[in-house]
Amino acid sequence: MAKIIVITSGKGGVGKTTSSASISTGLALKGNKTVVIDFDVGLRNLDLIMNCERRVVYDFVNVINGEATLNQALIKDKQTDNLFILPASQTRDKEALSKEGVEQVLNELAETFDYIICDSPAGIEHGAQMALYFADEAIIVTNPEVSSVRDSDRILGILQSKSRRAELALDPVKEHLLLTRYSPERVENGEMLAVEDVKEILAIKLLGVIPESKAVLTSSNSGVPVIHDQQTDAGKAYDDAVERLMGRERPHRFLTAQKKGFFKRMFKGSATA
Amino acid sequence: MSSSLTAEPSAEHEQTNTDTMQDSFDFERNEQHPENGGQMNEPSQEQEQVNMSVAPHSGRPCMQLKGALVPMTVLELNYFELEQFTRDIKAKTSQAPDFFDNLPIVIGLEKFEENGSLPFKQLIEACQEQSIRVVAVRGGSELLQSAAKQAGLGLLPKQKERQTVETAETASPELPEPSENTQAAQQQETPTVQTQVETVEIIKKVIQKEKQISKVVHQPVRSGQQVYAPDGDLIVLASVSAGAEILADGNIHVYGSLRGRALAGVKGDTQARIFCHSMAAELVSIAGQYKISEDIDRSVLGKPTQVYLDKDALRFKEIDL
Ligand SMILES: Nc1ncnc2c1ncn2[C@@H]1O[C@H](COP(=O)(O)OP(=O)(O)OP(=O)(O)O)[C@@H](O)[C@H]1O
Ligand SMILES: [Mg+2]
Repeated sequence: MAKIIVITSGKGGVGKTTSSASISTGLALKGNKTVVIDFDVGLRNLDLIMNCERRVVYDFVNVINGEATLNQALIKDKQTDNLFILPASQTRDKEALSKEGVEQVLNELAETFDYIICDSPAGIEHGAQMALYFADEAIIVTNPEVSSVRDSDRILGILQSKSRRAELALDPVKEHLLLTRYSPERVENGEMLAVEDVKEILAIKLLGVIPESKAVLTSSNSGVPVIHDQQTDAGKAYDDAVERLMGRERPHRFLTAQKKGFFKRMFKGSATA
Repeated sequence: MSSSLTAEPSAEHEQTNTDTMQDSFDFERNEQHPENGGQMNEPSQEQEQVNMSVAPHSGRPCMQLKGALVPMTVLELNYFELEQFTRDIKAKTSQAPDFFDNLPIVIGLEKFEENGSLPFKQLIEACQEQSIRVVAVRGGSELLQSAAKQAGLGLLPKQKERQTVETAETASPELPEPSENTQAAQQQETPTVQTQVETVEIIKKVIQKEKQISKVVHQPVRSGQQVYAPDGDLIVLASVSAGAEILADGNIHVYGSLRGRALAGVKGDTQARIFCHSMAAELVSIAGQYKISEDIDRSVLGKPTQVYLDKDALRFKEIDL
């Protein structure tokens, strides 16, 4: 049984695509046959982050419209076995995604894949609703600030009322909180919300906390999802999150500010939670 | 007094239109109904205005009819035999003379023996001697009812089975509670008189109230969502997010944090209350009286709180356990 997981946020620019790339890569690295679909029709950038933009011939909308087969449109990732990308169209708009079309593509993918990751566009409009409609699970990407938390709350409400599972009164979509761009120093200074605050407000299970990290930008620029770099905090944090997504227990790390001087040396690289 | 007679239509009057959630409240609205004696949560507006007066009072109506709910004592009659009745009623009143002083009473005829005759004049006088005022009969055969009418009494519809709502404790604190023994003894000798403090007609209202199904929400109410409990209470077993709105005709209970908007008594029930585990609301309103977050008592922020209406003012009180 394929699991359909939407990566969504309401608010834009919080790290959905970054997370989609690393999580789908992580799942594939751990032996799951995984496909990641770019639902951000018109603004595609998943293929950039995954370094396959020059190999895009057909896209998601072509498949929906019957202009290409799924096999023609799927791009096999060069760095990671088991990983495929279904890119978005750059030239259409989001209305091109029909519910029936999306369902047909998902059904076909479900026959061969273990995980189907849907990278949602920002907002709560048609594109975002199509991305989440068929989801079994949802990863809510949130930055530790009030407006992002509010938008995440909003998208959770939509998951509860407008997803297929909600409409058919099936088991509800399983919700995970992924807090990204987390900076313990700024939390201590009172410039950002703390993990606990966000957890309290959103009241869903914490999948992971991805620290703010320069490595994310450099890895995006080089087209290598940051999870490949297990030297970085962000890479390790994504790896933990993928483990938890697969049902394993992992302690949370990178939640507290680095200690200075003596303490910094003593606790260097060690987990704190 | 006989106002309970007019209470009935109000029940129908309040039929809920569940489709008009948005329109079901109105901050401008501020009806007061002190007439209802605070006994029931009577959300009805004035039933009708009867304008009978003329010139001298410059067109101001001489009166208005209002629906109201008043607790009433019912004297259930099994049969009538003057001497025994007088004895029994004396015995009752001596238990709590203050309570019975000038007490309006309804004669309940549901249990009255078939074909029994009932000289209402005697009954009324016997009651009067104990300073009890008979105002109406409830139920009874057509014959009895027309006799009651002749005697100047009002008529109340028959009470259905199991509708008695005992409110003895609240309505008459002075009335000593009969011990189980005396109750049993009384039952054995089938007394002519069975006083019971209960709410008449109103019963219908009460029954209706019981039937009101509370709405229970198990999940958080999220930003952008709106939940409305028509007719009854709303119970949320989670938090209510900023940007969410919850409404109820009755009370609102939030077992998590209340960060959004909560509007209780949206049909005008001034007795409705809001309870929450942690107060951080954007807005609270009871029966149209509202306060926005910056006007909420600082002292209750983040605390378990109840909100209620004290005359026209919203009050916030920490639930201190
Ligand atoms: N953990 C992180 N540390 C530092 N920068 C990050 C982190 N996560 C994401 N970013 C940066 O934030 C920006 C937005 O990221 P991304 O494109 O993944 O967001 P998005 O939610 O997909 O945006 P959109 O809503 O436009 O689709 C990028 O520049 C990315 O490099
Ligand atoms: Mg994106």
